[in-house]
Amino acid sequence: MKKGFIKIDSQRCKGCGLCVSVCPKGRIRIAEALNLKGYHPAEFQEDEMDKKGRCNACTLCALICPDVAIEVFRE
Amino acid sequence: MAQQVFKRPESLKDNVFHYCPGCGHSIIHRLLAEVIDELGIREKTVGVPPAGCAVLAYNYLDVDMGEAPHGRAIAVATGIKRCRPDLVVFTYQGDGDLAAIGTAETVHAANRGECLTVIFVNNGVYGMTGGQMAPTTLPGQKTTTTPGGRMALRDGHPLDLSRMLALAAGSVYIERTAVTSPKHIIKTKKAIRKAFKVQMDGQGFALVEILSACPTNWKETPIEACKRVEQVVATQYPLGILKDATHEPTADNP
Repeated sequence: MKKGFIKIDSQRCKGCGLCVSVCPKGRIRIAEALNLKGYHPAEFQEDEMDKKGRCNACTLCALICPDVAIEVFRE
Repeated sequence: MAQQVFKRPESLKDNVFHYCPGCGHSIIHRLLAEVIDELGIREKTVGVPPAGCAVLAYNYLDVDMGEAPHGRAIAVATGIKRCRPDLVVFTYQGDGDLAAIGTAETVHAANRGECLTVIFVNNGVYGMTGGQMAPTTLPGQKTTTTPGGRMALRDGHPLDLSRMLALAAGSVYIERTAVTSPKHIIKTKKAIRKAFKVQMDGQGFALVEILSACPTNWKETPIEACKRVEQVVATQYPLGILKDATHEPTADNP
């Protein structure tokens, strides 16, 4: 199975939550901490396992991210 | 070894977008930059941004840009293209710019068949000035100038400018897409790419209308606003190809 991971630039992210809504694996959530601009940025949960499985680098989050804050890598 | 499968396009500068959270403009900027990269036309592309939220597009797109007065982007682009037919010229306009104050320029440029690529971002309000009613505002939609909702008999009906332009004899390719889900974003990129190809083949006027969300002025969350575009706005402005008169270039009909 393909495995991947994403890097979210937390200073670019404005916390709109669109990436959270499209991730088929539910791997992204909104952080409790604030970034320098005062937004709650999205954060990637790589290690926590649940039924849906790991990130498979489908790039849906990066496609919809309005701030081009997400980079996607495939292992 | 991890391989990067999605990165920032080269034609997009490193600046952080000034747009509100969940705004469609920045997605469209990225798609434009990706298409410009893929076609390899960065050094010969000139863009004309509008008055409106995207007025600062030159801060983000790493191509030559010339600002136009409100609504006059297509007129300025016509001048650039006629002086330098070797350049690839595009305009980037919102609905207040293209469908309200710039209607005359737009209709006549399409009718003359000017060889331009027009990116028309329709979010149904004047975003930069605080959410006033635009010609494209839906019936019943609340804006700051129609606080009780738009009434067709008092405020006019929503204007479907892309359909008008599809009737103009000179227009070649007109498609309406959205940037509210990954599926629609991929379709939008294909449409933008085709609109640039139409110009580069010298076929004529190409326009892509992109339905975009304005969460701030609609007073909705970005996710609600994207759903509204797909469920409500797209019923008034159906997605799809409105006109495709493109042809394969031949020797006697280039």
